[in-house]
Amino acid sequence: MRYGPLLVTFVVGTALVAMFFIPHHKVQEGQSVLLDWANVVYAFALILGSLSLWASHQRKFLSRAEGWPYSFVTLAALAFVTIAGVVQGVEEGTLVNRYYNMVNSPLASTMFALLAFFIASAAFRAFRARNAEATLLLGTAIIMMIGRVSVGEFLWSGFPPVTEWLLDVPNLAAKRAIALGIGLGAVSTALKIILGIDRSYLGRS
Amino acid sequence: MAAKRPGGWAARLMGLDRRIIFALIFLATGLPLLFPVNLPITPSPRVRAAFDTVDRQPPGTYVLMSLDYEPDIKAELQPMAIAVLRHCFRKGLKPIVLTLYPAAPGLIERALVIAGTAEGKKRNEDYVFLGYKSGSQSVILGLGESIRQMFPNDFWGTPLDKIPMMKGKNSFADFPLVINLSGSSIADYYIRIAATRYQRPMVLGATAVMATDYYPYLSSKQILGLIGGMKGAAEYEKLMDITGDARRGMDAQSLIHVTIAILVLLGNLALFLTGGFRPGGSGGSREGTGR
Amino acid sequence: MNGVETWIAAILTICVFSFLYRDNPLYRFAEHLFVGSAAGYLLAVQYQNVIKPNVVERIASGNMLAFIPLAMGLLVLGRLWEKTTPISRWAIAFYVGIYSGIAIPSYLQAQVFAQLADAVKPFEPGWHAINSVLILLGFLSVVAYFFFSAPHKGVHGAAARVGIWFLMIAFGASFGYTVMARASLLIDRVLFLLRDALHVLPAI
Repeated sequence: MRYGPLLVTFVVGTALVAMFFIPHHKVQEGQSVLLDWANVVYAFALILGSLSLWASHQRKFLSRAEGWPYSFVTLAALAFVTIAGVVQGVEEGTLVNRYYNMVNSPLASTMFALLAFFIASAAFRAFRARNAEATLLLGTAIIMMIGRVSVGEFLWSGFPPVTEWLLDVPNLAAKRAIALGIGLGAVSTALKIILGIDRSYLGRS
Repeated sequence: MAAKRPGGWAARLMGLDRRIIFALIFLATGLPLLFPVNLPITPSPRVRAAFDTVDRQPPGTYVLMSLDYEPDIKAELQPMAIAVLRHCFRKGLKPIVLTLYPAAPGLIERALVIAGTAEGKKRNEDYVFLGYKSGSQSVILGLGESIRQMFPNDFWGTPLDKIPMMKGKNSFADFPLVINLSGSSIADYYIRIAATRYQRPMVLGATAVMATDYYPYLSSKQILGLIGGMKGAAEYEKLMDITGDARRGMDAQSLIHVTIAILVLLGNLALFLTGGFRPGGSGGSREGTGR
Repeated sequence: MNGVETWIAAILTICVFSFLYRDNPLYRFAEHLFVGSAAGYLLAVQYQNVIKPNVVERIASGNMLAFIPLAMGLLVLGRLWEKTTPISRWAIAFYVGIYSGIAIPSYLQAQVFAQLADAVKPFEPGWHAINSVLILLGFLSVVAYFFFSAPHKGVHGAAARVGIWFLMIAFGASFGYTVMARASLLIDRVLFLLRDALHVLPAI
């Protein structure tokens, strides 16, 4: 039953690899069309996710489970923004855009800003020089934290060159190896998917 | 009678209420903003390389700028965008600006207005804003072939064919420089597609979280300069001799970093004094599977 | 934003910050509002920027090919019910095939070949050669660490240990920069409260 989808993956994947090497404008236009279709599939996948979110909060709200008033808030916000956005659009000046600047943007920014506090608390409690490697990590982190801000060069003029050396030599070496590993891993995974060896994306039979 | 715990103050420090740490961080942020000290900022070689790459473009050069960030990460990238746009305007370059983030257009429009007003530049004469297009990787691939297919109109609905500045500009090949300011994997797409596949000289501005990952691309010249985080934005502002939110925030940045560094050192000292620290030993490398 | 909108944004900011004291109804209200608003905004954007121009408008203008992505999108929705889940695999297979195909040449070109080419370039002249040696040593030792198909013993084991040291320095550098990133977001929020909401700092 899965041979159909596996064949689709093989044909489409091979076509996209071939299209990379063929610069003819008709081929590149074909690639654009296929990518537009993939974007539509992705958009429907997001719709699927939102419908799941709706269903989960609706269940909580209707069954008056613990925290049900908050589920009402989620459902109301989801419904309002979706309907207003679909009907009126999301450009500058629309109701959704003003709502986004007033609600989404400050909430998202502040949620991320909380991380500054938690990183400080976590660093105090958990960042321990228990062995040589951890000491190396901790030492580098402290040098980087002090050296990369204005107070570092104010305290000692040697801080900036030291931090630059750490970034340009050991950091570069390690990140290059990681980038190579990620590249090889991505290529091998993509090849396994196209050839039908890796079928995990199809889910359980 | 209970034995006295060794390292009394150290043990109390170990159990410090985290809300005290939160309060210290809040003070470290607010006080320098209210009472700025204006510590010196020295541009790093990577930011200087980014600045020099833009600076050596002759007047009239077209630059493709992709500003890909949303309000939740604008703290680092909006000041960067304003500084780089002002640099482009001062040098007489022609930025064609676009975004791959849906909530970015409002921010970018504000950046263009701020930079354009400061340098006396006008929309569709000195810069074009194409707006937002969904798709990330597919859009960048499309820019390699046809900008008009991706963006038939500019952000305000004017067809690109009716904008004199866009005449003859239709793909990566028409842009001697690409600048990407990004808070996500879009930076990787531009490196793979614009810089490597289409061989476009490229300057990258990234959030601090990502910046250290791009040093290999600097070495291989896939990117010619790297502006990392708020510090990078402050350095660019310094090179431009302007004061934006990045420079304003550097004193607070310094004090927060010093506070966290001191907390980490105190935590380790307290652990050592309470006998919980056993130096030596090793993490050990992982044994392979031996296949 | 006008004055009322700024104050609503400021109040929501403080609701989220209240979590730092302890979990409370104000924070939970803000959190649930954010979840619903973010999901709704994402849906609205995807409709306006993807579905409407690529499906609705193309079908309205007579482009019958646009039924293909519409059909694939509807297949994805088959995952909502257990009986129709198998049909969604066709659309997922298409999507996964597309991006797997794109990944192979672009990762090879940009991350494998380009980085290998830079790794084997001649050393810098003079004292900079020391840095070049260290970079090559670090690169090879980290690659040795990540090679798990052979046991980390002997020369391989020693190389892997050196690789761990380079990795610790890299992660320490990343941690330092991560602190900078998080601090930047906090500075932005506090600047907003002090400048835009309370007008304690001058407007720019």
